Amino acid sequence: MDMIKKVPVREQDPEVRSHNFDEVCMGYNREEAELEASRCLNCRRPRCVVGCPVNINIPSFIMKIKDGDIAGAYDTISESSSLPAICGRVCPQETQCEGLCVRGIKGEAVSIGKLERYVADTAKAMGIKPHSAARRNGRKVAVIGSGPAGLSCAGDLAKMGYDVTIFEALHRAGGVLVYGIPEFRLPKNAVVDKEIENVKALGVKIETDVVIGKSTTIDALMKEDGFEAVFIGSGAGLPKFMNIPGEQALGVFSANEYLTRSNLMGAFSENSRTPIMRAKRAVIVGGGNVAMDAARTALRLGAETHIVYRRSEEELPARAEEVHHAKEEGIIFNLLTNPVRINADENGWVKSVTCLRMELGEPDASGRRRPVEVPGSEFDIACDCVIMSLGTSPNPLISSTTKGLDINRWKCIEADENSGQTSKKGVFAGGDAVTGAATVILAMGAGRAAAKGIDEYLSAN
Amino acid sequence: MFKILKKEYLAPTICLMDIEAPRIARHALPGQFVIVRVDEGGERIPLTICDYDAEKGTVQIVFQVVGGETFRMQKLEEGDSFLDFVGPLGVPSDLTELTPEELREKKICFIAGGVGTAPVYCQLKWLKKNGVDVDCILGARTKDIIVLEDAMREVSNLYVCTDDGSYGIHGNVCVALQQLWDEGKRYDRVIAIGPMIMMKFVCALTKELGVETIVSMNPIMVDGTGMCGACRLVVDGKVKFACVDGPEFDGHKVDFDQAMKRMKQYATEEGRLYLAAKEGDTHHGGCGSCG
Repeated sequence: MDMIKKVPVREQDPEVRSHNFDEVCMGYNREEAELEASRCLNCRRPRCVVGCPVNINIPSFIMKIKDGDIAGAYDTISESSSLPAICGRVCPQETQCEGLCVRGIKGEAVSIGKLERYVADTAKAMGIKPHSAARRNGRKVAVIGSGPAGLSCAGDLAKMGYDVTIFEALHRAGGVLVYGIPEFRLPKNAVVDKEIENVKALGVKIETDVVIGKSTTIDALMKEDGFEAVFIGSGAGLPKFMNIPGEQALGVFSANEYLTRSNLMGAFSENSRTPIMRAKRAVIVGGGNVAMDAARTALRLGAETHIVYRRSEEELPARAEEVHHAKEEGIIFNLLTNPVRINADENGWVKSVTCLRMELGEPDASGRRRPVEVPGSEFDIACDCVIMSLGTSPNPLISSTTKGLDINRWKCIEADENSGQTSKKGVFAGGDAVTGAATVILAMGAGRAAAKGIDEYLSAN
Repeated sequence: MFKILKKEYLAPTICLMDIEAPRIARHALPGQFVIVRVDEGGERIPLTICDYDAEKGTVQIVFQVVGGETFRMQKLEEGDSFLDFVGPLGVPSDLTELTPEELREKKICFIAGGVGTAPVYCQLKWLKKNGVDVDCILGARTKDIIVLEDAMREVSNLYVCTDDGSYGIHGNVCVALQQLWDEGKRYDRVIAIGPMIMMKFVCALTKELGVETIVSMNPIMVDGTGMCGACRLVVDGKVKFACVDGPEFDGHKVDFDQAMKRMKQYATEEGRLYLAAKEGDTHHGGCGSCG
């Protein structure tokens, strides 16, 4: 039995937050954090650590919170993670650390994610920085992409003493953390920029506006610019569409476009000159985290918002917390529903989506029950905006311009899981560019593994 | 920051700039484009590269003031800087893959319309450097807005036409092409760069004449690296992204009506922002787009 119930985290009221872009979750204060920390049993064989893709020593940092030692807790986390303020917010803890927490067997798991966030935010407020390398070794490593994989790889290499430069294609560093995840889940200036400053404080240089494969190539970086190793963390790539009739109508967007306009370009705010459609009624097709982000963005921009997903609630790939938040905010879920056609008005603008009802049949290759169309169930959902959130396929910009870099049949870069080594000497890769679209923390884990792989490779050469 | 080394007006609303961008200058090829951003809060604007000088480390752009962002760009002076200038993006012209010998065997006619003249110049100059002589039709509505005429003449056999007959051949670029054809000129390839409506009509004519035609598409873009899909077009019945699959496509396969419709997606909001930038506080409605 739980002696102390899990300490609930304070959140903005759903009615209020559905009209603003401020962060939904307000995090723990000191009192709440120390109380929640006291629920940790400090297991001798902590299962939570096994569940963490970067194996943070979780019981150790939680004990330090209990003792009021924020600097110590921050150091413990920093040994394994360079982006704690971000992971504390966007990791799927319920299937990782918290999913394995012993307290979760009979009661509720310790809120490890919220405690991690508390440590990171408090350390930032206290001006605590991660420790940089004592000595630089002067050896140059290039990192392509400043998303979670690139930042964690660069951070670790800098701590080992390497001279690291990150090349970022967009005008702002952060990758999916700035173009993909909305402000209300992950504040850009207050959280992402601060974590990036911490990585820079380790000695990492970041060059924005450089598209590797176009502005220069991996071969040129290695031959002309003196980089001894390269890490590719270029992310997931090109958005998929359904290839149904009417998809070129005005008012149909990829979730990537809609979110990039709102997040990277700041189109939700008065200060940005990038336009974004403020729909009256938006239909978001898909059930992943990106679909939830797009839906909650459309809602905040004033739309009555519908999610259309072809399977049932149980199969929704989005985190439970995101689905819960979306529902609280008033997003309407049309489950077991699949669009077959988009209908446009005489000016070419979307006026409705024709859908079919689905039912679940036998399990398919993914192990999930396959959705089957219900004959004759066609119906229309009236709307002026459709946002396709169906995942991405790899961007060929780098693989097509780098000789000797092998890709697999899904066009993802082939890389060793443990070291990140690719088929090309001195070139390593990790994150979505290797796995296809996955999570921030998995990309971070891959970045760290590659940092170790690069260090071993360069130490041997 | 990317410094403006030279600024010049080619016509009252068409502006040329040389930008300091050594990395881009070193890697650029004809047919590619850059994305620029004026300042924090600014949009990402794609512009086809008009010239580049690897030695000086400069890239030349030409733009027409058509909206809020280009109005702001035009206000920048020599010595000022763009906040962002990224590229070279897109696939270079497939001509750059041919040897000079192969190029010299081709009979090519370029068709340049309006601000599309500048990217055509880039290709003509590159071909001239490789010893290739080509014809070029330069079209404009009227004499006063013809740009880069002398420069174009240096690198091609130039035929100028104006819609109102105020200079050169009387008629649009299709009339001029038909006239050359009737005089016995024959081409293996036409390359048309200009407003979408012009490219559409050129393609209709060259389809009749049976001449392969390449066009350079300039749809709405955001990131320019394939990530967002804003620039998608239907080419040969398939969805293509202008930023990574193009910007040059087989013009006979492009769905122009679709592409032109998609250009209007943000028309109203663009117009509103332009008026706000141009007229500032003095604008109090009446334009029909700001409500």
